[in-house]
Amino acid sequence: MRQVLYALVPTVALHVVFFGPGLLIQIVLGVATALGCEAAALRLRGKPLPPFLLDGSAIITAVLLALCLPPLAPWWLVVSGVAFAILLAKHLFGGLGANPFNPAMVGYAVLLVSFPARLLQWLPPNVAGIEPANLSLLETLATILTGSPPARLTWDAITSPTPLDALRTDLALGLTMGEAHARVLFSTFGGKGWDWINLATLAGGGWLLALRIIRWHIPVAMLGALFVCASVMSAADPGAYAGPLFHLTSGASLLGAFFIATDPVSAATSNRGRLIYGAGIGVLTYVIRTWGGYPDGVAFAVLIMNLAVPLIDRYTIPRIYGHAR
Amino acid sequence: MLPALLTMVGLATAAGIAAVLAARRPERDHNRLVDEIDALLPQTQCGRCTFAGCRPYATALANGEADINQCPPGGHATAAALASLLGREPRPVDPRFGSVPTQPMVAWIDEGACIGCVKCIQACPVDAIVGASKFMHTVIAAQCTGCELCIPPCPVDCIVMRPAPI
Amino acid sequence: MATSGVRGGLRLNAHKERSTEHSLRPASPVESLVLPLDQHAGAPAVPRVKPGDRILRGQPIAEPGGEISAWLHSPASGTVAAIEPRPAPHRMGAPALSIVVANDRRDERYESASPPPFEQLSPQQLRETIGRGGIVGLGGAVFPTAAKLSSAAGASGLRLLLNGAECEPYISCDDVLMRERARDVVFGARVLLHALAAQTCVIAIEDDTPRAAESLGAAVAEARDERIQLRLVASIYPAGGERQLITTIFGVEVPHGGLPGDVSTACLNVGTAAAVAQWIRDAQPLTGRIVTVTGDGVREQRNLDVPLGTPMAALIYDCGGYTGRMSRLIMGGSMMGQALPHDDMPVIKATNCIIAASALDLQPRGPEMPCIRCGNCSAACPAVLLPQQLHWYALARDLAALETYGLVDCIECGCCDYVCPSQIPLAERFRDMKPALLERLTARANADAARTRFDARTARLERIESERDAALARKRQELAKKS
Repeated sequence: MRQVLYALVPTVALHVVFFGPGLLIQIVLGVATALGCEAAALRLRGKPLPPFLLDGSAIITAVLLALCLPPLAPWWLVVSGVAFAILLAKHLFGGLGANPFNPAMVGYAVLLVSFPARLLQWLPPNVAGIEPANLSLLETLATILTGSPPARLTWDAITSPTPLDALRTDLALGLTMGEAHARVLFSTFGGKGWDWINLATLAGGGWLLALRIIRWHIPVAMLGALFVCASVMSAADPGAYAGPLFHLTSGASLLGAFFIATDPVSAATSNRGRLIYGAGIGVLTYVIRTWGGYPDGVAFAVLIMNLAVPLIDRYTIPRIYGHAR
Repeated sequence: MLPALLTMVGLATAAGIAAVLAARRPERDHNRLVDEIDALLPQTQCGRCTFAGCRPYATALANGEADINQCPPGGHATAAALASLLGREPRPVDPRFGSVPTQPMVAWIDEGACIGCVKCIQACPVDAIVGASKFMHTVIAAQCTGCELCIPPCPVDCIVMRPAPI
Repeated sequence: MATSGVRGGLRLNAHKERSTEHSLRPASPVESLVLPLDQHAGAPAVPRVKPGDRILRGQPIAEPGGEISAWLHSPASGTVAAIEPRPAPHRMGAPALSIVVANDRRDERYESASPPPFEQLSPQQLRETIGRGGIVGLGGAVFPTAAKLSSAAGASGLRLLLNGAECEPYISCDDVLMRERARDVVFGARVLLHALAAQTCVIAIEDDTPRAAESLGAAVAEARDERIQLRLVASIYPAGGERQLITTIFGVEVPHGGLPGDVSTACLNVGTAAAVAQWIRDAQPLTGRIVTVTGDGVREQRNLDVPLGTPMAALIYDCGGYTGRMSRLIMGGSMMGQALPHDDMPVIKATNCIIAASALDLQPRGPEMPCIRCGNCSAACPAVLLPQQLHWYALARDLAALETYGLVDCIECGCCDYVCPSQIPLAERFRDMKPALLERLTARANADAARTRFDARTARLERIESERDAALARKRQELAKKS
């Protein structure tokens, strides 16, 4: 599991480059909460602290959740999300290896449903053509810990929607896809800044694939299904539906494909089952993004497919050597 | 407001119908159900369940005329399997029908006392005793189911139950 | 050139160079040989001698004790010191009734009649003759060879497969056999072909043993028998597993619950073939075998030709003694071998290898963590099982689910164990659950048989009653006609 953390380093690094040091503070808060909750839960369950505490699973949950939150989110957002993920989604079900749902996504879903406005307060990327209100490290820390922006700025001045969020709002306002994409937030195939971060995530995912820590079935199925849905719909009506490259590189598509959906505990167990599971996540992500109530659908798609895993497993048992079909 | 309300009511109704349909067991061929129940029973043919053998008990279970906890040789595992198959409440074996054996037992005839009366041979439901009138009787241990039906008819009480050989 | 029909499996470091540097030599004679009577599959052998008897090398000292059983021959001349329980390696050190032979070191041979050329015997006579040589499967299963041949003979299109694919790390006895006694293997192949009335023989060997392949290739060419051919298989563990090898060579799967005979194949180890050759050609019954002595815990790692009954301690001494680094003595290979409690145990027909393992040879096992369903185990399983599910149900002792997920098909190769990142002792768990599952399957088979007998009896009683009613009705009719 340490390798998964190493594979996330490029993503985190580029995220900091484009959106400031807020993510690092969120990660520190998240990891501290995760380890504290994990230790408390292990103690309550009567399990030994080593080797469970530092096996890396809690840390990964915290880092993934931090990556899903806005960099300037108040401290209690990441703390409550991680606590929920570790205590309820993981230990209440039996701890490592026993959770039916992806803990990071459970935490994120709870936050999204409870505090939707807070989770949409992202920052504009630090690229040419956009002038973000660059907060210093101390100002970032203060904002996160107090929940209010520094005295010289207002929230409106600091924040900006994500590309997915902006697209959704513009389409609802009646703009065409082309007009929406002309906004300064968008680059040739994704959101500015986000395109590089997604490339870093792709590199990290490739690293994990090369080390055979994850297998190709879930990422390929998920991205493939997403690609197909987006291609079909945008071919039918390019003005109303975003193209496949946009979908693949925006939001949590790549992070989800390589780091979130591949969580082995909550995913299907046979290779054929994994293909079905990944494809289901891809389709649901597209559906929620396009017709659902939230800008990004990866979290809910993963949770819904987690529900389907026992059924998928039951019907995808491979043929045992020597048995007839 | 109205479209939302209609959608919610419609979805709830559809979900309710789907749940009721899914909970109903598929209509089974009655014979096949009896076969499936019989396949779970240990085939001891002892009659402790108050029916004349395992298949009559299976038929009664399929007709809803018997409960799933009436088979001591099958033990609690069989009662649980029957409950699962028939969608009934799982319960341990009712001690009024007999005690669950802790290990497999087979009948053994004390050949020194046997008088060759063939009463036990007539009583054995699975033909596990060989012998003839005025000839020695003996139990084929590998074929004995432990039903104990041979013990009451023996006029000289020469049959006992012993742990089955491994 | 090298094919593979192994699905999954592992590429392992073979650790065989160290034990194949030296050529084969006989083990040094020892004073006392211990021969467990149950060292083969099936019924234990029954002694033909009693304590105090003088016996000769090659003399039959125990006869088969049942339909599936084997002869046992004395590996040395001397006297029967005792017939008593002694610690046995195949019982993890628990005692087994054994014949203890005091070796007089005179090596006097038991004279038996010179056997006729094997081609003159009928296949059945030849099989019986093979049985009298005490030959059992030397690949590890020690199944009596005559019984195996008899059950396979008669299948149409029967082919013989000689298993020289020694896939498990550390074991090199077959490699050395094929290098130095290739002619014996080929002669044994010809004998077995006749005993099975088969027309084809494939000798399978892994692609990482070039010297053995060369030697065997030369022997096959020399024999000029076009029924026999040599095939290379990819050195993926467990390529030498019987079912995996049959799939690799012939492209068919042995059916679940079936035997290789069901796909017209008889699979025997090359060591068994060589033993058959020595018995049929030289009247030398099975009294010894090649044993690999290896591991960082022994000074000289090599193969020895060992008389049965030699204590393992004597073998280690013969190889220069312990290095002091040994932490565990293992009989078998590094994947499926069993650790022994001490070294005062005899070499038996199943002893292909002894590993005096040190920390260099064995990776210490970390603490067992929960299964994270990573799927490494199912990717490696050659039987296409889902060990992660089997593990779950083994913890719950859910026998019905274990049956559905195919626990009976587990070949206990240890691949799943090896790749598990959570250090779960999977192969051990499955081995523990198999007896309970087999008991359940046996109980079901018994219940089915009881049902059949009950139904037959019920039908018989009903028929007797209806015949009696019919006879009485006829009698009433006749009486009515008369009056």
